[in-house]
Amino acid sequence: MDGVPGTAGMGRRRFLGYVLAASTLTVAAELGEAVLAPDEAAAVVPSVPGPAEIYDLNDMLTDAALPTANLITIRIDSDGTASFALPRAEVGQGITTSSAMLIAEELDLPLDRIRVMLADARPELLFNQLTGGSNTTISTFTPIRVAAAVARGRLLRAAALELGEALDTLTAKAGVITSSSSGRSLTYGELAGKAASVTIGQVPAELKGAAQFEVIGTARGRIDAREAVTGRKTFAMDLQIPDALPTMVCRPPTINGTVRAVENLAEVRAMPGVTDVVAVSTGVAVRGRTFGQCIDAVRALKVSWGPGTADAQSDDTIRDELRKAELPLPALDLLTRSVDARFTFHFASNSALETNCAVADVRDDSAEIWGSLKSPVVAQEQIALKLGLPVSAVKVHVTEGGGSFGRKLFHDAAAEAAEVSKAMGKPVKLMWHRTDDFRQGRTHPMATSRVRATYALGQVLTYDQRHTSVATDFGHGVGEIITAQAARLPVGDLTFSETIFALSQQTPYDFGVVTQLLGETDKGFNTGSMRNIYSPNVRCAQELVVDELARRMGKDPYRFRREFLKDARARAVLDKVAEAGNWGRSMPAGTAQGIALHPEYHACVAVLAEIDCRPETTGRTVRDACTGPRVTKVVCAVDVGLAVNPRGLEAQMMGGIMDGIAITLSAGLHLADGHFLEGSWDNYFYTRQWNTPPELDIVVMPPTTGEPGGAGELAVAGAAAAVACAYGRATGTMPTSFPINHAGPLGFEPLPTTPPIPASPTDGLDRAF
Amino acid sequence: MPEHTFILNGKRVTVDIEDDVRLLWVLRDVLGVTGPKYGCGLGVCQACTSHINGKAFNPCSVPVQDIGADDEITTIEGLPATVGRDLHPMQEAWLEYDVAQCGYCQPGQIMTAVAKVRQAREEGREITEADLDEIRNVCRCGTYHRIRQAITAGAKKY
Repeated sequence: MDGVPGTAGMGRRRFLGYVLAASTLTVAAELGEAVLAPDEAAAVVPSVPGPAEIYDLNDMLTDAALPTANLITIRIDSDGTASFALPRAEVGQGITTSSAMLIAEELDLPLDRIRVMLADARPELLFNQLTGGSNTTISTFTPIRVAAAVARGRLLRAAALELGEALDTLTAKAGVITSSSSGRSLTYGELAGKAASVTIGQVPAELKGAAQFEVIGTARGRIDAREAVTGRKTFAMDLQIPDALPTMVCRPPTINGTVRAVENLAEVRAMPGVTDVVAVSTGVAVRGRTFGQCIDAVRALKVSWGPGTADAQSDDTIRDELRKAELPLPALDLLTRSVDARFTFHFASNSALETNCAVADVRDDSAEIWGSLKSPVVAQEQIALKLGLPVSAVKVHVTEGGGSFGRKLFHDAAAEAAEVSKAMGKPVKLMWHRTDDFRQGRTHPMATSRVRATYALGQVLTYDQRHTSVATDFGHGVGEIITAQAARLPVGDLTFSETIFALSQQTPYDFGVVTQLLGETDKGFNTGSMRNIYSPNVRCAQELVVDELARRMGKDPYRFRREFLKDARARAVLDKVAEAGNWGRSMPAGTAQGIALHPEYHACVAVLAEIDCRPETTGRTVRDACTGPRVTKVVCAVDVGLAVNPRGLEAQMMGGIMDGIAITLSAGLHLADGHFLEGSWDNYFYTRQWNTPPELDIVVMPPTTGEPGGAGELAVAGAAAAVACAYGRATGTMPTSFPINHAGPLGFEPLPTTPPIPASPTDGLDRAF
Repeated sequence: MPEHTFILNGKRVTVDIEDDVRLLWVLRDVLGVTGPKYGCGLGVCQACTSHINGKAFNPCSVPVQDIGADDEITTIEGLPATVGRDLHPMQEAWLEYDVAQCGYCQPGQIMTAVAKVRQAREEGREITEADLDEIRNVCRCGTYHRIRQAITAGAKKY
């Protein structure tokens, strides 16, 4: 098959799709590698035990789909459009657009005639309806194209019969099939009914080779861009579900505290607009005519709270806990020179701009849920279990998501909405307050990374890294994959999180004997996989040590990396940023360049960052903001093997770069007395315009492997590391605690914890401009 | 229940709602106008940014009683009509630069952009890098750089 490496000489690779019984042409393909003709189904797990370079998290996610014999379906309608329900969550990463592009390519139908919806939870898909690990395009690239190719073949056949002409005289283009002999033509719309099948049948399909691509690899705008800029894009809280009134929860002052008693239920129930107030497992839920009135009611509630799961904890106690839990490093040969370092990464928030939210309508014998869910099957199963309903009685609709960053792997709001709807006996539109989303919402766990690298005679002999982290909650469905796959993985009897760590972390450099291990402690926190999981921290630590090794060995950081890199693709992106970013140019004191590399998801990214740490820059004042050092320029080069939509890929890189800047310089959570101090976007300093690099250059490398790698998370680690390296070089001191601003004076006045959310402001008109 | 009247996207509307309910909830929960988004309700994230008599403001931070009968409220839904077109030139620039990712913050970003350009022009100049640095709207997808490009380009279109 053209475009699929490793199969040269085997001829065109045959794929199998299906035509389904329906009144209009409906075709399908199996998700996972099952689309390959069975005699060529690949042996998937390498026999040699290997690290992430051989068999990574994406291979696991892809292989996990093998046993599912369930189908993704494309329907052609009489209006000439193709419709596809994508069994993944769109949260901004652009997969509805890239999926539409795959269909457009193989179906020869213009992009604007392809409708991509998000599929409801389909329990039969099991773990094959998980959006995560930057795996969507990797795992759906072939199946979606196979289904589209089957459709195109059926339309051509129907046209041949209809026109009474030989198949090889017909060409399909832009949704029209034309005969080269008679010049007659038929549209897909005209053929949709005629191409329909009365029975299910298996159909062979051949896919276009890379040389024939007209859509894949071309830069396209998002298919939902117009909806987004006109305000018509519909998120969960924009749905108008009958009687689903605004609902908000009064939450405890410490993490996971519980309700003991409510003093003034009757009083709050009588407040304007309020319809219901009930205590639930996470707090006291208030339903009312408007969210504004819910906010007032939440603030008015007098609740006595039981202890939480981290009441005595602070940054300092967790740091001590992590130090005690650190796995030992190998004994040091006293004659060998070494770089020794310990890095601390504080809690960080993956709160999206759309706070946790969901709509739930729970009845006696059924339930319906609407929300942005990356693991909707797990949500459906767990909510059914909690409600005491059969899975089939719980409908879960996946809505467009206002960002995820790992948050939407979990269904915290959907579970809570279901519980509240059941308790109230009414539909609810449940949304978390921003302050709760920072304080009680999931976090990226605090971690330390202890690194020791030894070197002699111009070589790095050993590299040992012990990453120790507050436990990351993976209970969102990847767990099922592990259960299914664990016995087949080359990772022995590691725990689940150790497996994820081993499958995602790699050292791209030839550093002799390399070990990278994870240790975990403390399950008292609400955590999850923040975009790029462990990599931003692990990579940041490693790249800083690389800079230090280069310095001690008297080498330039770029040339040192180049010399030790194992992989040609990695070297190519590194060279690209060094060249495009004018590496080594002379810069004023207090400013510097940093360079870093990150391989993951069958892809590779290099980032060159320039930072300004001069007092006139760090001393800038913007009200209620963190200014600090400014990243003035970023150059990024990315090789994902094959970029389906280079424009979408650039967007993912840009977002990852903004995340990397934030987690290195400014965005962290302060833990004190069992709660996080941050409660607003003016406390949690995610990148804002005044932190944005004025110069940004993203280079998408030409196709290398011919198959798409993952992109959604790729840039975060590379950017976080490059910014840290630049900071170290500008200040002359390797930073070891992140974000950089965490140790300094608190940049805001913490909001009170009781009541848990602040009053709504009234000064909006004074601030109009 | 008190009645409140104002002009919303060119049409006079009257709602029965308590005086102190913030305008954002009157728009979203009572009138079903969902372009302005909730991102914090604290006047911080700017996701709900709309216009009052042409000036950018946060409806999450204004009690409905502070809105007068002749005040003109424009949300993203009503922006194109202010220039008599299907799309405002700033929205067109947003499409040209494919700015949006998840899109949640973008209605607010566009409303801020239009006000920033207007503000600069009232001061007799075009928008500058320093103006762009002042924009407080949060974009958690990190589309900031494309926002800067789109505003600069959009401002040249009208």
